[in-house]
Amino acid sequence: MSKGKVWKYGDDVNTDVIYAGKYTYQQMRPEEMASHALEDLDPEFAKDVRPGDVIVAGKNFGCGSSREQAAACLRAAGVQAVVAKSFARIYFRNAINLGLPVLQSEEASKNLKSGDDVEIDFGGGKIISGEKVFKFPPLPDSVIGILEAGGLLEWTKKKLERAK
Amino acid sequence: MGQTFSEKALGRKAGKRVRAGDVITVAPDYYLSHDNSSAIIGEFRKLGLKKVVAPEKIVIVLDHIVPAADEKYAQNHKTIREFVAEQGIPNFFDIDAGVCHQVFSEASFALPGSVIMGSDSHTTTYGAFGAFSAGIGRTEMASLWATDEIWLRVPETLRIEFSGRLSPGVYAKDVILKIIGDNGADRANYEAVEFVGPAARDFSLASRMVLANMAAEMGAKNGYFEADDKTLEWLRARAKADYEIVMSDPDATYEAVLKYDISTIEPQIACPHAVDNVKPVTAVDGKPFHQALIGTCTNGRFEDLAIAAKILKGKKIHPRVRALILPASREVYLEALKKGLIEIFVEARCVIVNPGCGPCLGAHEGILAPGEVVVSTSNRNFKGRMGGRDSEIYLASPATVAASALEGKITDPRKYL
Repeated sequence: MSKGKVWKYGDDVNTDVIYAGKYTYQQMRPEEMASHALEDLDPEFAKDVRPGDVIVAGKNFGCGSSREQAAACLRAAGVQAVVAKSFARIYFRNAINLGLPVLQSEEASKNLKSGDDVEIDFGGGKIISGEKVFKFPPLPDSVIGILEAGGLLEWTKKKLERAK
Repeated sequence: MGQTFSEKALGRKAGKRVRAGDVITVAPDYYLSHDNSSAIIGEFRKLGLKKVVAPEKIVIVLDHIVPAADEKYAQNHKTIREFVAEQGIPNFFDIDAGVCHQVFSEASFALPGSVIMGSDSHTTTYGAFGAFSAGIGRTEMASLWATDEIWLRVPETLRIEFSGRLSPGVYAKDVILKIIGDNGADRANYEAVEFVGPAARDFSLASRMVLANMAAEMGAKNGYFEADDKTLEWLRARAKADYEIVMSDPDATYEAVLKYDISTIEPQIACPHAVDNVKPVTAVDGKPFHQALIGTCTNGRFEDLAIAAKILKGKKIHPRVRALILPASREVYLEALKKGLIEIFVEARCVIVNPGCGPCLGAHEGILAPGEVVVSTSNRNFKGRMGGRDSEIYLASPATVAASALEGKITDPRKYL
């Protein structure tokens, strides 16, 4: 289990503020992408985020565009998971496909604050912050295979090899 | 027990009877991508394959930053053109065609009952033609190119029944903004949205596209209208493949049914910085602004431009305002040109921008400075989307934007009818 600090945001955090449209059609290295993460929501984030940190937000995280960099830039910034009350559909798929864990927990969303210490027990389905423990539901079977393979590309590679 | 449209359309592809909640693997009929194809190509190459599985299913439209605004974008376009040639992809539309969703529809890849995946969130638009169409990400698109397969969860369905008739000065855009405002930006998250009822059939195909397009702003996986005589008429001249109309059964199960008497709706506007922050136009009447944008994949069709031209004809836009006209496609542009709309816009002091996405996503062709305000017919008003972080975006119908452009402040269009 790796530890980190909570970055807390509200409802409907959209993909434009996570990763602006003006960068979306440029090819960038992961560290460059990380430097623009959440730029239009919280300019401090990209400067101060540390590997293992966790984003905690309200409902409908990742609504808006299908741009995958909105998941990739957070992973590149070292974010170990996003915890939210709910996720927008395409964001959820993209995050899984890129290996960024997205965890649904209304209780954690409600109770965690910016700066809280947090660790995540993925196997046990628990988000732990001091005395507080929040459970998250297991991911659907269909996506566990993708996460276990290390993302959709690796999963597809294996599938193609099997087909040979 | 009956089935919804989405259960039926996906079940046909899966080769079995499916229910909402089932996870299935399907081979879609078409898959759409745009300027992001260069990133998809990068992911595809990582798979170590030489050839895409089904080149005839790939549709690529360059639209997001066209013509290329700088060298990086130019390189992206070049990479895509080379890949198209190398792979023998027959359905490629270069920078002259227009916004992908309009171009895809005009070329009639959007067929009733078909299943379409697009690496763009507004892929929901093709529900206007009775198709099942949903947005996905780039990595998924690369995987589709490699395997012609994708996993999908069969969505629950939210049914929205329309009755009544629109009042003068009120349009499809006002209806969808009202629905999003009433129900929230995540009301239909993961769900299909069916737009039905007698008043749904009254909407033109262009208007249906507005509603299906913005179903994405309620979080929907797909939007849907039943194919009817209007759809068949559109397809008669355009369809290049066979299709089968798919409709929900009368006893299908819905997550919920919402009812709207559209005759009670007045002009609506989405205020910064969320699409569900919707008010009647009268609530923000008089708010000054800097730029007007009429067009995009949401409201850039001929009927939209005609509504705006009717209001702008013989008048000049307010001297403090810049007005951009962004036709959704070359076909729309040409019709507007032939029917004299372009002359009306230029006389009114509007700037005609080439068909594409440009300013809507803040890429180029009309970016806002910090503190500036735009009133736009596009579909998103997220903070910073069209330029500076402190800029503001209001979303409204072409009539409201045109009337507002004349006055230099947000204006109820009904006074110009």
